[in-house]
Amino acid sequence: MLDKTASNGEFNVVGSRPERPDGVDKVTGRARFGADMVMPGMLVGKILRSPHAHAKIKSIDTSAAETVNGVKAVVTSADFTADVEGDDLDTMLNCMARDKVLYDGHAVAAVAATSAHAAKKALKLIKVEYEVLPHVTDVEEAMKDDAPLLHDDIFTDGLEETPTTPSNIAARCQFGHGDVDAGFAEADVVVERKFRTEATHQGYIEPHACVANLSPDGSGDLWCCTQGHYSVRNTCAAVLGLDISRLRVTASEIGGGFGGKTMVFIEPVALALSRKASRPVKVVMTRDEVFRASGPTSSTSIWVKIGVKNDGTMTAAEALLKYQGGAFKGSWASLGAMTAFACYRLENVKTVGYDVVVNRPRSAAYRAPSAPMAAFAVESVVNEIAGKIGIDPLELRLKNAAKEGDKSSYGPTHRNHGLMETLEAAKAHPHYSAPLGPNQGRGIACGFWFNFGGQTCTSINIGVDGTVNLTLGTPDIGGSRASMCMMAAEELGIPYDQVRAVITDTSSLGHNDTTDGSRVTFAAGLATIQSARDAISKLCARAAKMWEIPEEAVEWKDGHARPAGPNAGEFPPMSLAEIAAAAETTGGPIAGHNEINARGAGVSFATHMVDTEIDPETGRTTVLRYTVFQDAGKAVHPAYVEGQFQGGAVQGIGWAINEEYIYGEDGRLQNPGFLDYRIPVASDLPMIDTVI
Amino acid sequence: MSQVHVQTTINGDNTEFLCEPDEPLLDVLRDRLGLTGAKEGCGTGDCGACSVMVDGRLVCSCLVLGAEADGRNIETIEGMAEGENLHPLQQKFLDHAALQCGVCTPGFLVAAKALLDQNPDPTETEVRYWLAGNLCRCTGYDKIIRAVMDTAAEMRGA
Repeated sequence: MLDKTASNGEFNVVGSRPERPDGVDKVTGRARFGADMVMPGMLVGKILRSPHAHAKIKSIDTSAAETVNGVKAVVTSADFTADVEGDDLDTMLNCMARDKVLYDGHAVAAVAATSAHAAKKALKLIKVEYEVLPHVTDVEEAMKDDAPLLHDDIFTDGLEETPTTPSNIAARCQFGHGDVDAGFAEADVVVERKFRTEATHQGYIEPHACVANLSPDGSGDLWCCTQGHYSVRNTCAAVLGLDISRLRVTASEIGGGFGGKTMVFIEPVALALSRKASRPVKVVMTRDEVFRASGPTSSTSIWVKIGVKNDGTMTAAEALLKYQGGAFKGSWASLGAMTAFACYRLENVKTVGYDVVVNRPRSAAYRAPSAPMAAFAVESVVNEIAGKIGIDPLELRLKNAAKEGDKSSYGPTHRNHGLMETLEAAKAHPHYSAPLGPNQGRGIACGFWFNFGGQTCTSINIGVDGTVNLTLGTPDIGGSRASMCMMAAEELGIPYDQVRAVITDTSSLGHNDTTDGSRVTFAAGLATIQSARDAISKLCARAAKMWEIPEEAVEWKDGHARPAGPNAGEFPPMSLAEIAAAAETTGGPIAGHNEINARGAGVSFATHMVDTEIDPETGRTTVLRYTVFQDAGKAVHPAYVEGQFQGGAVQGIGWAINEEYIYGEDGRLQNPGFLDYRIPVASDLPMIDTVI
Repeated sequence: MSQVHVQTTINGDNTEFLCEPDEPLLDVLRDRLGLTGAKEGCGTGDCGACSVMVDGRLVCSCLVLGAEADGRNIETIEGMAEGENLHPLQQKFLDHAALQCGVCTPGFLVAAKALLDQNPDPTETEVRYWLAGNLCRCTGYDKIIRAVMDTAAEMRGA
């Protein structure tokens, strides 16, 4: 559907680097993030969390807490609806434990009070009687027959026969084609290796925060930092037994998400407190709570085997990928299994994935969820093979790179080029031929992500002065408002500054899927372009009315209505502003709308190249140079595309070098803070070069 | 315990407030005075999102007590622009797309201004080490470092 603009080859706005619409507010401290909202009469909400990795809750006594001066409400799982099932039930139980606590940090009760002091005092007076149970935090351990069982109702999905006994293995999945045994038999060299990756956290700088204001009549407002406020609304309504239409959710500015703010944690709790207290309640997580009780990644155990001929041709590849998803089923081992070998053309390929529950917080998405761990394992083996057969690792990848028309390792036929282009760009880049010093090395690796579309709607409202409001329902986590304004301006043929984008609340625009899976610039962009075209058709109709000619005799070009063809008559072009000014006399307000379920997102391939130096005495690794080569399609705002590449690369550096969740023997997280969970800082890094 | 009466100066304005004896300056700024530009990313001095100046010294306001502000001169992000005119650092952050989510941005700007006030010609390494106490998870720091270096060059030329 984008063919029209794509085939022009010429853009006025798209591809430029204008200032972002939310920029001035963000450099002056005016922008309002999750914790910046206040409401009259607002209370402070605090959550009591489990100190145990796994325990039965025998009783909770809140009576002493309720008597603390200033305490207005205390809630437990009894304050949530009983009438909920499936994923919503898991979400509810993750937000507030009912019969068992399943991880260190699991919420068990919450308090709303007139001050933080009173709320903290009340938390200390809540008496929870636990029966501590054996726990398991390791994915391999959790899969054993004698492992402590988290749930008695998980019977492994995806097996030929559903087991009759419950286990911690929630699901098995398998992908591939051909005959891997025959493929390995053809190989001259076979390398197999086993990898363990620890869980990491998205590490967004803004902790989860929300303000809830729920009236006794069941209607209310929720303000929160989230990647998907429609999803927040639907989930909160389900677990609190509310009508979806009566809960209005407004997404604040969001201080980083990277997939981690796609789920609810504190929002249903704040709403339950607000309902009970009949007052607005603000809940803000501490950093300790963010690490212990939001949604980090899976930790994994991955086995990879690849066979090649001496000339470098891959003959077969196989992987077994075990992902723990925390205390509830639903981790995306399948996405690891699907993406593992997606970069390669393989006649014989097989991947098997396991989704396993353990006594850790429920995992959430993090930048191409589940793909980085699989890529780390596979790319490590590819590099080892290159060394074994004496071929340049880049050449080995060029020889085996998936191309258009190849059957992908996860099923569909690749429709897009991309990987070859990134590899060729890498080969031609000065970085690849730059000399290395002592104790220095150069690594390369490739990666793949599907990209998504999904349900999206947008509105464009034309103001009487000819400026334009673009109404979006997809929270802006990386500059998408700028990109959407650019696409609207491009389509309407007006300057960028004439379009203002707003992320609206859930009651003011139809459903929008969450900002995730790299979908927004594609899907919301498509909906924005279609809304603009809808508005253009109405603008043309108004011009036709004023000129008293048929609507089809008017065309839109460069921000003006023009008579189309010699039979339409002679009229000077009429600007958007002129048509807008006359709207009252030509039929009323002018707007464009679009609702779509966007399909056909193009996949994305990347090749990264890094030089590091190891200090042989201390083992310290220093990143000297880093270049990202990624096929992003058309970069709408290249500066933000570069920014995504750079930020993602540095998150990967952190994961590779120093970030990891450390659980103790007691099943408790040992490093729930930025001091001990060390994300990269400016002095750790070089500039990150990018090739789009 | 009774609250403490504090008289201080914030962004040039004489300001009085009452706070708990153990209440961080960050909470006073945000919850009592409505100055929400400083952010709480960690509450333990590890992220720098709450950076402010106290008597010309760069501090994490989560590690300073509100009571310690008595008689001091506090500068926050809200005081960086002069009316409608952005500080050159603020403009360069916009020009270089040096912010994505923007939640760390006030802390980076306050910290970067503190650097340029004392060292108008920092090397890239000096900028990186000075800003090592400010965490950014979106940008990989590349565009932030460029924005600070470019500001320094422009201010030296001006």
